[in-house]
Amino acid sequence: MDEMQKTILNYIREEYLTDENEEIGVDTPLISGGIVDSFSMVSLKRFLEKKFNISIPDEKATPEDFDTVNKICRIVKELI
Amino acid sequence: MGFSETVRNIYQKQLKEIQDAGIFKQERFIHSTQAADIEVEFPKGSSLKKVINMCANNYLGLSSHPEVVKAAHQGLDQRGYGMSSVRFICGTQDIHRELEEKVTDFLGTENTILFPSCMDANAGVFEAILTEEDVMISDRLVHASIIDGMRLSSALHDTYKHSDMAHLEQKLQLYADRRLKIVITDGVFSMDGDTAKLDEMVGLCDKYDAMIFVDDSHATGFIGKTGRGTHEKYGVVGKMDIITTTFGKALGGASGGCVSGRKELVEMCRQKARPYLFSNTIAPVVVSGVLRVMEILSQSTERRDKLEKNAEYWRKGLTEAGFILKEGDTPIVPVMLFNAKLSQDFSKDLYDEGIYAIGFFFPVVPKGQARIRTQISAAHEYDHLDRALDAFIKIGRKYNILGKTKQEIVDMYGN
Repeated sequence: MDEMQKTILNYIREEYLTDENEEIGVDTPLISGGIVDSFSMVSLKRFLEKKFNISIPDEKATPEDFDTVNKICRIVKELI
Repeated sequence: MGFSETVRNIYQKQLKEIQDAGIFKQERFIHSTQAADIEVEFPKGSSLKKVINMCANNYLGLSSHPEVVKAAHQGLDQRGYGMSSVRFICGTQDIHRELEEKVTDFLGTENTILFPSCMDANAGVFEAILTEEDVMISDRLVHASIIDGMRLSSALHDTYKHSDMAHLEQKLQLYADRRLKIVITDGVFSMDGDTAKLDEMVGLCDKYDAMIFVDDSHATGFIGKTGRGTHEKYGVVGKMDIITTTFGKALGGASGGCVSGRKELVEMCRQKARPYLFSNTIAPVVVSGVLRVMEILSQSTERRDKLEKNAEYWRKGLTEAGFILKEGDTPIVPVMLFNAKLSQDFSKDLYDEGIYAIGFFFPVVPKGQARIRTQISAAHEYDHLDRALDAFIKIGRKYNILGKTKQEIVDMYGN
């Protein structure tokens, strides 16, 4: 797991998980899996923009594009 | 092109997807008035079945109360059937103003504006009072109508973990630079039956100079010692900047809702809220019924006291029988089954036993959190609750879940 994956995974754990025993990985479905609701995605988007100093256009911030840490990393890498 | 076969196929495919996901909603036809005992036709065309209703929002048992029905009849005779106008043209009667004043007094706020429903109140309020300079910070479990309302506002939005005050404080710090901040919550959360910690939230809002909004639809009329709502339970009457609530649940259950709170915010709604501006308000017949409800509630706490006792009795019975409940002290009592299919099978078996209660599962509730949601009413007698409990125990035994832990149930049925 690279640094970017770790950073994003940690943020998701802290920001969204309520059950400490719940385990998530880089391919865990976040939105379709009910961990992050589409309305709460906004804080994830803001975190990514601030952390990686990027601007994510709305058309790239869809529930499908944000569904796993790996997918999110792909978007971030494109925009850095 | 019109409604061609291609178009029809698109919709048929979407409907099939809903069916395949197991979330296709079907109405059950009630042939009686809304009450503790109802007669239901389900599935369509089947003979009528008498069941105990454990899933209505008829918390105070006022939906078919003779005095409310009588007041509605009188209202119909005296003020007619419809207004054929929006409020600000020629759609406001004296009784609309009277109800707004009564609700203001009851909730302990500064002013009130009626909406066709609380869905409309929530859909209209945020756009009316906020701009892109502001931020809305909402609990993650707020009602869908609030989410829709926030989507219609240009203000920034963010969420905090359900009832997590530390997380809320972080968010208030994060958005300290916004012109206006508003913290948004349900008073009683409809799927879990727990309450927002409004005393702590008021403290945080004072500290960070934020407004507070509460949707008390599942609280007005019965939560708090005199039924004023969640703010009364937590000792913060007069501190709520906005309360939205409904007349479609405990307060007679017909329809209608309102925004109640600071007079400037209510006035902004009167000037700018689109569901108020572009839709007729509550029909005179309903307003007349709700006015009688407000009188009944102001005269006595008998009904909310009975409801409280019923809910305690019901929780105690289920707990002693070995069911896992969501903790809380409201009339919403979720019986946790965790597995989606089990919740549906359990609900069906209950119905066969004459008990009408619905199973909920993802996406309505979080994954692995499927449940039967029961809702207690002042219209229930202990006899209703005893019969319902017998049915729950019988079916609980059938599925071997009584006295089992969450893990044991999940091991048997999956989550």
